[in-house]
Amino acid sequence: MKKLFVGVLLALSCMSANAQEKYFLPAGTEAVSPDGEGFIRRWTVLEPISKTNRSNTVFVDSYLREVFAKEYFKNQMTILPKDGQKVKVTFDKQVEQPRPAGQPMDFRRMSMEPPKFEKATETLKWHKLDSKNYNFKLMRFGEHEIKRVYGVIYWAVTVINCDEDMNNVRLSVGSNSASQWWVNGEDVLLMSSDRRMVADDCMSRRINLKKGENVIRGAIINGPGMSDFCVRIVDENGKVIKSGYTIK
Amino acid sequence: MKKFLLLSIAACGSLLNANAQTGNPYIHDPSTLVECDGKYYTFGTGGGGLISADGGWTWDSGAERPGGGAAPDAMKIGDRYLIAYGATGGGLGGSHSGRMLTMWNKTLDPKSPDFKFSEPVEVAGSVDGDDFDCIDPCLFLDPTTGRLWLTCGTYFGHIRLFELDPKTGKRVEGNKELDVAIDCEASALFYKDGWYYLLGTHGTCCDGVNSTYNIVCGRSKTVTGPYLDNVGRPMLQGGGKMVVKGGLRQVGAGHFGRTVVADGLEKMSFHWEADFERSGMSTLAIRPIVWKNGWPEAGKNVAEGVYDIESQRHGYSLELAVDFERLNVARRGGFGRRDPNQKIEPIANQALADVQGKWAAGEIGVRNGDFLARPHQQWKITPVDGVGGFLGQPYFKITINGTNRALAATADKEVTTVAEYTGAPEQLWQIDQLTDGTYRIMPKAIPGCSEKLCLISIADSTPTLGAFDFNSDNSKWQLNGIK
Repeated sequence: MKKLFVGVLLALSCMSANAQEKYFLPAGTEAVSPDGEGFIRRWTVLEPISKTNRSNTVFVDSYLREVFAKEYFKNQMTILPKDGQKVKVTFDKQVEQPRPAGQPMDFRRMSMEPPKFEKATETLKWHKLDSKNYNFKLMRFGEHEIKRVYGVIYWAVTVINCDEDMNNVRLSVGSNSASQWWVNGEDVLLMSSDRRMVADDCMSRRINLKKGENVIRGAIINGPGMSDFCVRIVDENGKVIKSGYTIK
Repeated sequence: MKKFLLLSIAACGSLLNANAQTGNPYIHDPSTLVECDGKYYTFGTGGGGLISADGGWTWDSGAERPGGGAAPDAMKIGDRYLIAYGATGGGLGGSHSGRMLTMWNKTLDPKSPDFKFSEPVEVAGSVDGDDFDCIDPCLFLDPTTGRLWLTCGTYFGHIRLFELDPKTGKRVEGNKELDVAIDCEASALFYKDGWYYLLGTHGTCCDGVNSTYNIVCGRSKTVTGPYLDNVGRPMLQGGGKMVVKGGLRQVGAGHFGRTVVADGLEKMSFHWEADFERSGMSTLAIRPIVWKNGWPEAGKNVAEGVYDIESQRHGYSLELAVDFERLNVARRGGFGRRDPNQKIEPIANQALADVQGKWAAGEIGVRNGDFLARPHQQWKITPVDGVGGFLGQPYFKITINGTNRALAATADKEVTTVAEYTGAPEQLWQIDQLTDGTYRIMPKAIPGCSEKLCLISIADSTPTLGAFDFNSDNSKWQLNGIK
């Protein structure tokens, strides 16, 4: 039995490593352009913070604003993370409910009882990656890094370098599930509800990007199920912008 | 049209019916609407006509046309206006001899110093004994050739086609008239997408509330015909597919005119022989043109009501950006489980009172989302009196049903809701049905912005203001009636 368990773990580990190679490459040192469809593929993403949610239906506007306003790590809204940088994260850890010995798992009872939490801390690491796809597969990322896939919050940051001021542009985002986005510290987009990742699902109001570096920051929350996002910059009429900036 | 009606009608009070013109829109046999220096004009039988100074909603008498006669038509060619009218004194039982005349003017504004009609010239005629009655003209400048055509005629024989010189308004020398339809009157001719459309009016004219007047059409690949209807019957054999028929409170549609406002936005003008809301008066009507399978039909002016405003881009519906409030009803019957003793009964929809108190007091943004008939998705569209309008409709306010929370354009060219409707121009909306049956929604004004922008979906879930593009579903909305 023990051998079988170790074998399963090894198999999962191999699958996960393969998944990582399948979806991501370590980011290079050279700046890159958005891809042929304007998607930004380079992101520095923090290993997922545990945030238990049994369903994605709780992601209404006020819930998201409250959850994303909470501080999980120091300099959460200003940090420009480097690859491999570690941060100490404070989060609400779900307390395991002991099951009386000899009794089967009662899923109905479990779903009726509210979960219990306790304050906890852990150290999580930032990973600077280039996605092999137009979208960033967060669940695969979390699965590979710390085997945490459901009930999570991801923080993602990227820095773009504009050749000139870019006025009246929009941030265009698709995310699974809900998310919030900031550009140069300004809240520009909140995507509520049990949301699927759809390219150009939501766009910000008209915003201005300055010549030089601009920081795009996103927080994505997910209960059960797949999690990913895609981001591109479009003009005020929704036309994709593919040039005029690089991604650091 | 065979009878000349006296149209100097005593002014009556303004009636706010979003499906009828306001002011004093009393006319018989209106000419195609023509714009001149920001005002719309239409001329009727017997001389004179109507002017609208507010974009096409409020109409009053004031247009001037000499010559009397019946059922004129008008169009702008270059920087001049050409008027055609039949000078005849006949009638159903009278003489059918008549003369068709054309004349020019630099302006249609009677108050302008340039307002002076040229001497009328005769371009066609009929004599007793002809199967032709030379009245009810329509002018048509072919966009594919630049050639100018005139059709005219009544039930007394044929509709005939003549060619005029677009520079002089005179008959082209040597032109031989051609019969293109029979047994109709008040013809109209236009071109669209490779087809020439000939419209005519069938039914009984000039019988007030009992008039059966209705507008039909056929089409042809060449301007000279043959014009066939949708079942292949020639208009020379009486064919014609219905375009406008009588309504519930207005009857007797006649004398079609087409106005192209923008790509994908077309209007038809005509008269109702009798408007039941106005003592049975003959009244100017303006409706959107909707195209179905290559045939025009009268679309719908927006009626006051409660609507789901659905984006044509993805199918999401316009809603307030507020928390989604779950209905407290347990899921039942899922995955094949059902208690056979369970009583089946209706469940109430979520009510405004259940959620309104949780909404922010001030401005609340809007977005597009899954429609569930929730209070934050139910929009009341209400015509607004005294603020003008556009072709065929007044401006509307768009509020969350049961509240005064109003949709508004913002200075940064986005869209939001304000807690209380105040009547500000950015809270007034022009809603036009497009030729494909969807709607364009446009604010009367955008603070600090002179651009003409409309409500668009820039993303599936994100409404904003942007340039109208008929070729993009981003620009289009469905109005699904709820109440």
